[in-house]
Amino acid sequence: MTPTLNPLLWAIPILPLAGAAINGFFGRKASRNAISAVALVFCGAAFAVALWIALHFSSASSPYYFPLAHWIRAGMFSVDFDFYLDQLSLVMLLVVTGVGFLIHIYSVGYMWDDDGYYRFMSYLNLFMFFMLTLVLAKNYLVMFIGWEGVGLASYLLIGFWFTKDSAAAAGKKAFIVNRIGDFGFLIALFLMIKHFGSLDFTHVLAAVRTLPTETAGAGLLTAIGLLLMVGAAGKSAQIPLYVWLPDAMEGPTPVSALIHAATMVTAGVYMVARSSVIFDHAPTAMTVVAIVGTLTALFAATIGIAQTDIKKVLAYSTVSQLGYMFMACGVGAFSAGIFHLMTHAFFKGLLFLAAGSVIHGVGGEQDMRKMGGLRLYMPWTFATMGIATLAIAGIPPFAGFWSKDEILWRAFGASWVYWLSGVITAFITSFYMFRLMYMTFGGDDYRGTVAQEAHGHGGHGHDDHGHGHGEPHESPWVMLGPLVVLALLSVIGGFVGYGNRFEHFLAPVFQGATGIAPETAPESASSTLEYLLMGVSISVAGLGWFLAYLLYSRVPQLPARIAAGLGGLYRTVANKYYIDELYAVLFVKPLIDGSTTILWHGVDQRVIDAAVNDSADAARHVSDNMRHMQSGNLRSYAGWVAAGGALVIAYMVWMGVR
Amino acid sequence: MVPLSYYLVLSGILFACGVLGFLIKRNIITIFMSIELMLNGVNLSFVAFAAHWHALSGQVFVFFVMVVAAAEAAVGLAIIIAVYRTRETLNVDQVNLLKL
Repeated sequence: MTPTLNPLLWAIPILPLAGAAINGFFGRKASRNAISAVALVFCGAAFAVALWIALHFSSASSPYYFPLAHWIRAGMFSVDFDFYLDQLSLVMLLVVTGVGFLIHIYSVGYMWDDDGYYRFMSYLNLFMFFMLTLVLAKNYLVMFIGWEGVGLASYLLIGFWFTKDSAAAAGKKAFIVNRIGDFGFLIALFLMIKHFGSLDFTHVLAAVRTLPTETAGAGLLTAIGLLLMVGAAGKSAQIPLYVWLPDAMEGPTPVSALIHAATMVTAGVYMVARSSVIFDHAPTAMTVVAIVGTLTALFAATIGIAQTDIKKVLAYSTVSQLGYMFMACGVGAFSAGIFHLMTHAFFKGLLFLAAGSVIHGVGGEQDMRKMGGLRLYMPWTFATMGIATLAIAGIPPFAGFWSKDEILWRAFGASWVYWLSGVITAFITSFYMFRLMYMTFGGDDYRGTVAQEAHGHGGHGHDDHGHGHGEPHESPWVMLGPLVVLALLSVIGGFVGYGNRFEHFLAPVFQGATGIAPETAPESASSTLEYLLMGVSISVAGLGWFLAYLLYSRVPQLPARIAAGLGGLYRTVANKYYIDELYAVLFVKPLIDGSTTILWHGVDQRVIDAAVNDSADAARHVSDNMRHMQSGNLRSYAGWVAAGGALVIAYMVWMGVR
Repeated sequence: MVPLSYYLVLSGILFACGVLGFLIKRNIITIFMSIELMLNGVNLSFVAFAAHWHALSGQVFVFFVMVVAAAEAAVGLAIIIAVYRTRETLNVDQVNLLKL
């Protein structure tokens, strides 16, 4: 299909950039109303344009493109600022602008009392710009700009309360860990330039289609695929690079919802899906993707069980759900992965926003042990978060059920191991989510205290709006509105995939990526099996719910006793398997020690500093000696002239004699 | 006829005496005279070569040198008198205000 020109495309990323620039340059002196208006109008306009395009776009449409400007021209190689929109980009576009716009609205309420309000809104708009660039790119390099840009926005927003040490450190950690992944991504780009002479999606993927599938052994495509996966693992927080995401919860909660749940962290999944042809031709890379995804899903879910910080539970849940998406991509069910990406954006965005509403309501407290009974104080938050929990747990007919079931069904088609891991993960997910619900909203009494003043949870930058009472309170409607809309999407979002409509919509993108993948195989399998598997996944979700009910509502003393009984195992899980400590011993400490002894004391002080200082010393010594020639004694000068003259004459005489 | 080399050796001796006097004497007048001695040593070699090669240009150069030396002597002596009036000495070692 030849792409058609659509000049509207470039407006979508540029609008939020304009908003970011206006707020960033002029926001300091502007009123909060003006800042909110700018941020919302520009972000909303991007959403409106995206909707307008979506209305005219169908599964049968040829892709849109718009060449904005030339960028790199070097001989036969060229990279341009081109935008491109096909079915896959469209899904991402709607998710990013839609969920992003809702979170912008929510932020108005959540961040209103923060001193850096204009800065926050400017960063959010900047993030939207980069994310939309990433999604709408026509080649890998423009995608990489967006990729790095969202990393920058993420860094700025995680460290938004930069006066707090932990926030500044978390921002740095996210940035550095992402660099490791970006390294892999960059090498993959270099390989593409070397072998295909282009970075354009169309050219590269067309070139890959002509190559044979690397079934036996590993070659170029496997290398590219694995390197792309390294990049995706960094951005999308997969093993072994997931460690930054839980720490990123130091940022304001709308940031966690927008960047670290709904949009940015799914960029890796999008990139893998975009490169589906490459992975399809490299089964080894594909298997690695599936294994990494499955392991991450299971591993992160188990950590989620023992967390007590409401945002940390959601963070590990996000890592786990991203693992699900990679598992889907790894077994060739790219459209199922993107489907889950979409529903996950709805319900996980909602979960974070609701958690933010809870944190807002109780005055900055994040420890679930100090909550409880909140359903009496904040019914709307409770209702919407309940819907999101049902959705993520996979209870029909909520959104998460459809996408998760789709993934599990496809995983079963690939190998029962993936399926079993997925089902266990679903069980754990259901358990820890309902545990969160019971700890936060369940029970009859509120276990914490809402401080009257100095609300800020360690400089959290949070304010109480001057409420005089000491009880938790429901959030204002500017925050509840987005919750309700997302709750609605979490309920109905799954029906998009009813009858494989979603898959058919995305089919043009993944054509040619379905060669070995069992994309169509399960359709021929018996439908009884499908219903059986569906029943299993529903019942494990119910089982998780029941277990959480039993432990955290019925017999609340039991969890502590179980934890005590498990002893070391519980402590290991509660401490996140000591992975951070392991990385510190394995990588961080050797790096710091090596840098200190070898690079700092050795190379810098002994070689570079020494060279500079020694040459300066040498120059001073030489000139110190030479200084004595300039005695100011006229006759000594004359003596030097005479001696020189005598020397010249002697030389000439000697030469003449010879 | 006196050979050319005699003149040249005498010229070299005169020049060397001038250099030596310039370097070891402290009185400005003596130094000035040493400079004149060096100029005349060179003049001698010029005329010797001119006579030997039967070329007039050497003689012409000598006249130039004499004129320049006369002008120089006028300026130099004026400076020496000025120095003596301000410093009351003709010892070069004590006229060293420009020294480091």
